[in-house]
Amino acid sequence: MTELAVKIREKLNIVVVGHVDHGKSTLIGRLLFDTNSLSSGAIEKVKKISAQNGKPFEYAYLLDAFEEEQKQGITIDTTNINFSTEKRDYVIIDAPGHKEFLKNMISGASSAEAALLMIDANEGIQEQSRRHGYILSLLGIKKVFVIVNKMDLIGYSEAVYNDIMRNFNKFLSNLNIYPIEYIPVSAFNGENITIRSDNLAWYKGVTVIEALDLIQKDPEAEDKPLRFSIQDVYKFDTRRIIAGRIEAGTLKVGDEITISPSGKTTKVKTIENWPHEHDKNYVSAGMSVGITVEDEFFNKRGEVISHNHNKPQKSNLFNANIFWMGKNPLVKGKTYKLKLTTQEVECEVFSINRVIDSSNLTAAEDFTAVNRNEVAEVTIKTREVVCFDEFAEYRGTGRFVIVEDYNVSGGGIVLKTDDTLKNRILEPKSKSLKPRTRLVTREQKEKKLGQKAKVIWLTGLTGCGKNEIAVKLEKKLFELGKTLCYLDSANLRFSISSDLEFNESGVYEQTRRIAEIANQFMNNGIITIVTSISRYKKARESAKEIIGTDDYLEFHIEVTEAVLKKRWDSSQECYYEKSDYPVRSMYIDDPNFNADEKVDLIMESIKDILQ
Amino acid sequence: MDHLEAIEAQSIYILREAYKHFGKLGMLWSIGKDSTVMLWLAQKAFFGHCPFPLIHVDTSYKIPEMIEFRDKLIKELNLNLIVHQNKEALEQGMNPKKGRLVCCEHLKTKPLQEVVKKFGFEGLILGVRRDEEGSRSKERFFSERDSESNWDYTDQPPELWDQFKTDFKKGNHIRIHPLLQWREIDIWKYIQRENIPVVDLYFAKNGKRYRSLGCYPCTFPIDSNVTDVEGIVEELQHTTQAERSGRAQDQEDAYAMQKLRSKGYM
Repeated sequence: MTELAVKIREKLNIVVVGHVDHGKSTLIGRLLFDTNSLSSGAIEKVKKISAQNGKPFEYAYLLDAFEEEQKQGITIDTTNINFSTEKRDYVIIDAPGHKEFLKNMISGASSAEAALLMIDANEGIQEQSRRHGYILSLLGIKKVFVIVNKMDLIGYSEAVYNDIMRNFNKFLSNLNIYPIEYIPVSAFNGENITIRSDNLAWYKGVTVIEALDLIQKDPEAEDKPLRFSIQDVYKFDTRRIIAGRIEAGTLKVGDEITISPSGKTTKVKTIENWPHEHDKNYVSAGMSVGITVEDEFFNKRGEVISHNHNKPQKSNLFNANIFWMGKNPLVKGKTYKLKLTTQEVECEVFSINRVIDSSNLTAAEDFTAVNRNEVAEVTIKTREVVCFDEFAEYRGTGRFVIVEDYNVSGGGIVLKTDDTLKNRILEPKSKSLKPRTRLVTREQKEKKLGQKAKVIWLTGLTGCGKNEIAVKLEKKLFELGKTLCYLDSANLRFSISSDLEFNESGVYEQTRRIAEIANQFMNNGIITIVTSISRYKKARESAKEIIGTDDYLEFHIEVTEAVLKKRWDSSQECYYEKSDYPVRSMYIDDPNFNADEKVDLIMESIKDILQ
Repeated sequence: MDHLEAIEAQSIYILREAYKHFGKLGMLWSIGKDSTVMLWLAQKAFFGHCPFPLIHVDTSYKIPEMIEFRDKLIKELNLNLIVHQNKEALEQGMNPKKGRLVCCEHLKTKPLQEVVKKFGFEGLILGVRRDEEGSRSKERFFSERDSESNWDYTDQPPELWDQFKTDFKKGNHIRIHPLLQWREIDIWKYIQRENIPVVDLYFAKNGKRYRSLGCYPCTFPIDSNVTDVEGIVEELQHTTQAERSGRAQDQEDAYAMQKLRSKGYM
């Protein structure tokens, strides 16, 4: 087969960043020149233009192709240049160093896996050296070499080099960036670029070219749980194909999948390909694919497919670190468009929690707006529920952009979000609230407690025996070492809900309060048992919505009217509206019923879920 | 995933984004290797279909084999093709002797602008690559043109994480560049791996072959004896000549391509 005959070399994208005039373009030009990566035409052209502009051979012209850039001697926009070593191919991304072109620097750097951060030894660490360091950390670029350039201008001084290294390390360690190496060079003279320099004999580390070859390519996110965001659904022929990109994990024919946020589940029927001889039954992270599923319900762009046991988070509120590139400042309360994978929703900045001057890491005083080129921690509220993950865990589903007036104007990464603020949050009366970024997650608490937190919601008319079952269930779980909370609706009527009437609207409000309280406990890792009549279908559905479909376990204790009347009050209303979704139901027909048996039945159905 | 699979996946992602966002979408097909690979990628993205028309801006100076190949492939694949010419300029005798850049402007840029207006295209897919020449190396994947097809290259909006510019003022259009990060060698390796048919002009006859295709008065073949795709892949690994060195319009002025492209050239 021809496929085997084509030898594909590895390719790595590297961005060169740093303060203006610290020698980025010169370094790249030198690398290209010294590795014979330039076409004869390119060198001739630069010679010609250099002469026209009355300059000696200007390496930077190899990258700064625009007339405006060459005439003014600045890099306006980012450029991609290819070159190769014995080991592999590289794309070197030249990023502008001027503050006003930060948006272009970010555009370039966002596709890189590794970075060379240039510092002029003569000028030392400058504003953009720090700001670019900060941007690298937000983009998740951890493989960084610091290039200490223009060593020739400071007499190749080891002391100056050590000083820069010490100071810059202090700054970068706050950002969790630990450079692999500080390489002293003179890009202009070609010292320590591809050839070692006698002038820098005290330096025993790698040259720039050796450094590049040392960088290990990021593995694809294949080993992570599946995230497949739906890009579109096609019906060009008889097939109904769900198309999209696998952001993480792997997927194969026959896999049981959940589609978030709807929570619908189905199975993968086929993986589609063209031409057909390329058919495969297994796809993985990074691929643009198409699948068909067993149950053909309505799917739409923006939904995220995962395996059943590990779904993305969903909420209309989350905390994020953002960098702002917009022409106008980012302000609270204004409507923007948020794009996260293929999801597009309206959003607003709910609160600005911290504004950081990224050039020195000091926090600003003003929390009303984020200006162009500033970095901030914010809470974002979306019009509809979106699916996402924490950026530190998942790149693809953990980052987003904000669009204002037709343009991408900001980028952000999702932080650890407060587990109790999920699904759908309500509008508070005050605009000055700031949801905090928590340091301990529900998952960590659950791990420590050795349990999975759920809400066990026991419903049924008065006298059905739900409370008797609940207290015994609590005892049983307690003896198994579980950490529990029991919320009895009747008890809450004496306290938090003493203000509510015993009418329909009072019942709805009571159900909402119980659900919200249960939600708080559960999201702190605690198994929560609720007993509540919950006779209205809509009230139970809203409880399920607040708590989340996965965490809400509904048990209906069903009992005949005759038994009820006998056991409780013959005048009570026996109205109970059944749910549309499957509910675990237990039927009680014996007036002398045995609660222990029912507890065993419940235990049987939940024991795996709570582990 | 190897490098070719990675860029293939990204190009497919881009094509699908374009198809999702732009109601009026067309794909420029120059019959050359790049846009032919792009046509192949479109069929991959849409599972054997090409759900938008192809556009050929025909200067009337194309090498005859190109037109032959074009008509054959359109028929075989049953594709929808829009051919557009600046008839007025041709009737008035426009040709490269009036100045290569003037000719490019009248026979390529102008009819391209016309086609956008005539069909109301919101999105145009083009097979340009960053490694071709300087102004293309600065391009975005989704790049806006104003109502007169002008490109404001000095103030391009940010583009990151495959979140593209899909919002724009009515009357403007977006140029979509799915092959932007492909290199010449990637194109040929992909043609080899996927067995994609390309026009014969790329293979040597009498010691000459075309490396880049265009209009016959301004396009010159290179010395080569290579007659198959494997040979081209091998040859490219050892050449120091630029891909477009045989394209005369590029050499007219140091900033020729920038000047052409800022006015809407491909």
